[in-house]
This record gives sequence, C-alpha cells and structure tokens, in this order.
Amino acid sequence: MRKQFKCVPYGDSAVLVEFTNKIDPKVNAMVHSLSALISNEKIEGIVETIPAYSSLTVLYDPKLLDFPAIVERLNELGDKCKEREKFSSPIKIPIIYGGKYGPDLQFVANYNRLSAEEVIKIHSSAEYLVYMIGFTPGFAYLGGMSKKIATPRLESPRKKVPAGSVGIGGDQTGIYPIESPGGWRIIGRTPLKLFDVEKDPPVLLKPGDKVRFIPIIEDK
Amino acid sequence: MTKLIIKSAGPFTTIQDLGRYGYQKYGIPPSGAMDGFALQIANILVGNKRNEAALEITSAGFSAIFQGECEIAITGADLGATLNGKAITPWQSFHIQNGDVLKFEKVKTGCRAYLSVGGGWDVPKILGSKSTYTRANIGGYHGRKLKNADVIEIGKSYHFAFRNVKIPSHIVPTYSNHKVRVILGPESNRFSKKEINKFLSSSYRLTGQSDRMGYRLSGPTLRAKRGKHDILSNGVLLGAIQVPPDGQPIVMMSDHQTVGGYAKISTVISADIPLLAQLKPGDNLSFKHVSFEEARKAYLSMQNILDLLEKQIRKEPKVFFVKIGEKFYKVKVRACSKIVPKEIGFSPR
Repeated sequence: MRKQFKCVPYGDSAVLVEFTNKIDPKVNAMVHSLSALISNEKIEGIVETIPAYSSLTVLYDPKLLDFPAIVERLNELGDKCKEREKFSSPIKIPIIYGGKYGPDLQFVANYNRLSAEEVIKIHSSAEYLVYMIGFTPGFAYLGGMSKKIATPRLESPRKKVPAGSVGIGGDQTGIYPIESPGGWRIIGRTPLKLFDVEKDPPVLLKPGDKVRFIPIIEDK
Repeated sequence: MTKLIIKSAGPFTTIQDLGRYGYQKYGIPPSGAMDGFALQIANILVGNKRNEAALEITSAGFSAIFQGECEIAITGADLGATLNGKAITPWQSFHIQNGDVLKFEKVKTGCRAYLSVGGGWDVPKILGSKSTYTRANIGGYHGRKLKNADVIEIGKSYHFAFRNVKIPSHIVPTYSNHKVRVILGPESNRFSKKEINKFLSSSYRLTGQSDRMGYRLSGPTLRAKRGKHDILSNGVLLGAIQVPPDGQPIVMMSDHQTVGGYAKISTVISADIPLLAQLKPGDNLSFKHVSFEEARKAYLSMQNILDLLEKQIRKEPKVFFVKIGEKFYKVKVRACSKIVPKEIGFSPR
C-alpha cells in the first residue's frame, strides 16, 4: 500500500498527519476518514483530533503514548483511509440575501460585474463541502464556491459581525456562528443557530458535511 | 450554602479547570488553566479531584468575602494575598471562617494565582468542563470574567482538614527562569538554519498584546524562506509558536484558535507551559531546543510530582463532622489500604 500521509512531530503531545498539501475534496475526505477511524478505534491515550484542509492533528497524552507508538498505529489505520467523500444529503441553510442582512451583496455584484440576483443564484445553486471548522466555535470553512462571485476581504475587518451572517472571503464562503469580528463580505444571514452549547455536538455543521443555501424572504 | 462574594474582581478573573477537550474539531478551544501545574496542586491541597475548577486570578486587585466555612488553597503567582489583612503565603491551604476577607494586593512573582475551594466552585459543566472561554461566552461563571458583586456558590465538600497543608518548598516554582524549552516543528522547515538559530539565541519580550489566547512577542524579526509565512491552515495547539509575515512570533495559549494559517517554527514542551503562564507583559524570555526524550521526561517528572503529592496528602487524616441524633461528633479518618469487616455474632458467655 502506498504511503497516504506523512507524520510530523508537533510538540511533545501531538502528531501532524499531512496528506497532499492542497485544497481538494478527495484529500479532505481522507482527513475525515482517518479522523473517524481514530475515534472508532478508541485508542487509549489519544485525546482528540483536529481535521483541517489536508491534515489531521492528533493530540495524545505523552504519559500513555509516544511518537513512534502513535505513528505505528496511524500507519495501520492509514491503509483503511478512503478517498470517497461521505455520502450524505446536504444540510439546507435558509438564507435571507441582501438588505440589512447582507450589506455587501451589492459590492460583491459590482465587483464581479453581476446583478445582485445573479450573485444569489450562483451562491445558492452550488453544493458546498465543510472542509474544516475553526476561527470561532462552529465557523465552517466551505469549499465549492464559484470563482464568478469571489471577492477580496474587507480592508479592515468589522468589529462585530452578527451571528448567522453569511460571507464571502476570497473564493471561500462561510457562516459566522457567533457574533465576532470579521473581514468577509457579508451577503446574507441565516436564522438557523449554528452554535449551541446546550447541544452535543454543539455545532450544526460538522467537518465533512455537505451544505446548500436556500434563499428565503423575511416573514413580515 | 457557602459562597464567595466578589468585592473587587481584579483585571481578569475566570473559572478554569484543566480544559474542555474533544471539541477542537468544532472550533472550540480547550481553554482551561494557563498554569495547569499550579491548578492541580491547588486542588490537591483541598482534597479535590485534580481537574476541579479554581479561580484563575490575573494580577493584583482581587478581593472577596466568604459566607460560610470552607477550606481554600492558593497556588501559582504570589500576588500578595492577605486574609483579614494578614499576609499569607501561597502554596498552602487555609481554613476559612464566615466573613473572612481575602485580598490579592500586589504582584510579587508570576502573573496568575489559583484559588481553589474544597468542594469546588459550583458552576455547571458546559461540554464536560467548567472552564471559561470568554470570547464565545462558554462555561465558567455565565461565560464571562468575574465582575464586582458576583456571588459564586461553593460545592459540597465531604471533609474539613483543620490543618494548614503546605507544599514542600523545593516544589514551589520561583518563576525566575525564563528559558522556555521547545521542540522544533511542525513547520520549522519553512525557516533557514540561520533564522532558527536567531530564534533560539535571541531574547524576546512579552508585549502588552498578550492574553489567554496568545502571547505576542517582540524581538528579532524571523523571515520564512522566500517570505512564505502562510501555510494551508492546519491545527493549532497550546504552545505552538506561529510566525506571521511581520516576523514577530506569537505563542498560542489556552484560548488559542483551533486552526491557523501561519507557519509554526516550534512548539513549547508541555512541562514548560506553566512557566509561560506566569510571564507578564514586559518580561523577557528565550527559547531552548530540546530533544523529544527530554520533553517527555520533563512531562513525566511533573506528573510524578503531582501523583506523589496527591498520595501524601490523601494519607493525612481528614476531619468530619457527623450528626447522630441531636449530637455532633468530630471524626478523624485516616485512609488505609484494606477494610477488614468485623464479624458481628453471638459470643457465648
């Protein structure tokens, strides 16, 4: 079996598992596959994993495991990693585009020489992949947005972006789960709660999930 | 119920245990005490589980009054604690009477003190932990730092040790050593040998932009090869040292974000995180590269100290009050390895 990944020491209590260094759904599927294999195996001494675009950070307790031991276990599991993405129906995110909820929609349209309606159509017709979660609790980095609506970030970030705001940052799109500072162009807002500590898991979107945006209008 | 009434919350006081693990994949940082060693000893001193929550008191200015009797311990930084106006030395436990006033008046050594109570601070566990993550309002006392006039309830304690327990002085850290040990990686290959040597041989200063999320350092600029400081975002850990394009390193601390896109030149070893936790803005520090083996040894020896202390203190007799009928009894209990049941039967006379 060919080597799927490289294990790099990350401090004295983690391993950085590096797959092919690119943003690619197949590579990302391997990351989530390995993460799931590790959690199913319930290996004593593994604390948790952090999946990212093309890598998985595996945290361990140095009292119970050391680097060579964990690399050996990971290599065993590596043979079972799958390139296939998780087959699941997309999670539907209702979104109100534009107006007070999407103050940058017109800017995104103008920047790309499109009408606001066209931006909405392009944004809501794609299926997105949750590559990873980070930045704030529950913030999903979504891949799969059309380059036709790619827009550079704000020159200086807003101090407060309301929870549920949907933004475009470069050729990525994402949803702000909690009120936080943010530099992405805000095109709309979802009424869904993406982060709720009363629930376990506390997030609506999980790494590896598929997402679709459904345009809605505000109930007056 | 025993309570603590906050008179003055100080600049930044939060409830922290050993952290919230298992949720970093959802973007939730572990949080937890910056100085996990001091936290665990604070708990051991009052007979709590080692991962129970304590107040993490940053710098001087905190004062509070107790309502009811309890046992407390103070560890970590020496912030000039006084009990009813009398100076007390940290790294020991104290018995508290109703109305006792505790103050932290002046920073002497370190930066963060831990205040534990027998029975723990009675706040709900959120996602398995009492730790406060203020940026997302998770955990601790209503998800935030303490304010004046807050009232925190104290959990039930099952014993009172009416004796001040003290940690042997050779175990008490002095926080005078500012040499932090690191392991190179995971992205040290982004930097030339010359830049890595510069990083390891220079002195850096902790800037004012340093908090529970991360420490921004100021010192010699570090340049990645071909100026490539950006990486495809990957996991970020406690102690990871990022180098953004401005070349000034950032050490990630307890409330660090879970993924990041800057190259990490090295990672602080677990055993030296408590040392970092006790640095103040303006302090100088430098880094020393150590082997994997040394890092592991240092971690295991720290765990060993904690295990031994816990064992020793468990051996001390505990004092309980027992009410039988209308009468109170004071009962001293000492742990023993085996309980031998005694047969109760008829003895022929």
